[in-house]
Amino acid sequence: MSNSQLSTKHLLGIKYITTEDIELIFKTATEFKEVINRPIKKVPSLRDVTIANVFFENSTRTRISFELAEKRLSADVVNFSASSSSVSKGETLLDTVNNILAMKVDMVVMRHPAPGAHHFLSKHIDANIINAGDGTHEHPTQALLDAFSIREKLGEVAGKNVVIVGDILHSRVALSNIFCLQKLGAHVMVCGPATLIPKHIDKLGVQVEHDVRKALEWCDVANVLRIQLERQDIKYIPSLREYALYFGINKKMLENLEKEIVIMHPGPINRGIELTSDAADSGQSIILDQVENGVAIRMAVLYLLAGKRG
Amino acid sequence: MSSDMEQGKIIISSDQFQLTIRRLCHQILENHIHIEDLCVIGIQERGVLLAERIRSELVEMLGDQPFKYGKLDIAFYRDDFRRRDTAIKVAATDIDFLVENKNVLLVDDVLYTGRSVHAAMAALQDFGRPRKIEMLCLVDRRFNRHFPIHANYTGMAVDALDEAYVRVQWKISHGEDRVLLFSGKDQ
Repeated sequence: MSNSQLSTKHLLGIKYITTEDIELIFKTATEFKEVINRPIKKVPSLRDVTIANVFFENSTRTRISFELAEKRLSADVVNFSASSSSVSKGETLLDTVNNILAMKVDMVVMRHPAPGAHHFLSKHIDANIINAGDGTHEHPTQALLDAFSIREKLGEVAGKNVVIVGDILHSRVALSNIFCLQKLGAHVMVCGPATLIPKHIDKLGVQVEHDVRKALEWCDVANVLRIQLERQDIKYIPSLREYALYFGINKKMLENLEKEIVIMHPGPINRGIELTSDAADSGQSIILDQVENGVAIRMAVLYLLAGKRG
Repeated sequence: MSSDMEQGKIIISSDQFQLTIRRLCHQILENHIHIEDLCVIGIQERGVLLAERIRSELVEMLGDQPFKYGKLDIAFYRDDFRRRDTAIKVAATDIDFLVENKNVLLVDDVLYTGRSVHAAMAALQDFGRPRKIEMLCLVDRRFNRHFPIHANYTGMAVDALDEAYVRVQWKISHGEDRVLLFSGKDQ
């Protein structure tokens, strides 16, 4: 019998969930995708659940995606951002979250700049915690929606060659994607300037490539990441122009390949740097499918964690 | 499985089973002169098995499928989510039409507490406002209801204790169509 509940009470990272958990999330997300394409896009499952979206870092699409997912599950939602909170007055993370929980909140969706902040919290509070990004560590729902989108487009993830191109060093999307894709049986390569590839990343079982053309020839899917200038305290690349010249992907490069590959991007895109507009908007791009699938995946995660028994 | 069969009492045998399905279909046709307004919707998962049979039997009788057919999963509408000991299994909903102003026939194998039908009626609201909703079940455990819900078409009424368990077995999964009654839920 296939399992019908997750092995964990929190979604802290892809590293801490099983392949069966991922399969269950995908199966549930498939049904939620059907729901969000109905004329009435809402189900009453979480009508007695209150969810706090606690964002200590800026976010637009992840936050909107989570909020839409929560509202389509009929949950009550409270939003909290660090800039408008007592955090700026010196309150600790635990105090902030405990104050929110004292208002009878059942689940916490949190983004925090410190890797591991969610682990710390999960040891001290009773609510379900969902990691919406912790520094440069993990962004599990993004990896889930990326793998779900690959499966939707190509039929399966197992055996596919996926290259993650860009700023791997500062990317939580990259690490979560590596864990998720490998659990599902894909071959993963990372590609970028040597300064933006973490040392010893090959220990995770990924290939490393510095020539984007070779990487594109190898792959079935290219997941293109943004250069995260806001996280770069020193210069890792000489200039964005030079990066675009050596690592930017354009339509012509895609047309010169022997096979048609799939282009993905977690957003926001810096058009003309990592991807040109003609590549980002081409028929090979599934960037907007990723956004739609993001809501379904987040509905599935929230639903399954809320329904976790025992 | 064989010990289960030995312990369970057969309440609808395979011979009776097909007759019952046929009778139910005749009753549906009798009540639905405007068959094109009928939507047969099976409740996931076991109700769908019965709904498939009803559909194929109706198609055989009519030589065509003038009515709509769909599958409805009620997992997201159940009133025991976060209240039960075990997780709810999610299945597919496949309804590619609106039920606005249509006559809906909900199909489930066993009508017991009525909570599944209650959830199904809530779920149906997301597909429009039906003119009428009817209920068809193979086994009606009429003394175990929690809600004021009744079946319009019943294969058989069973007056059993709350502890008893009714299991519908299908040719595709068990080699034979029949309905068994067990004395305890653990069986």
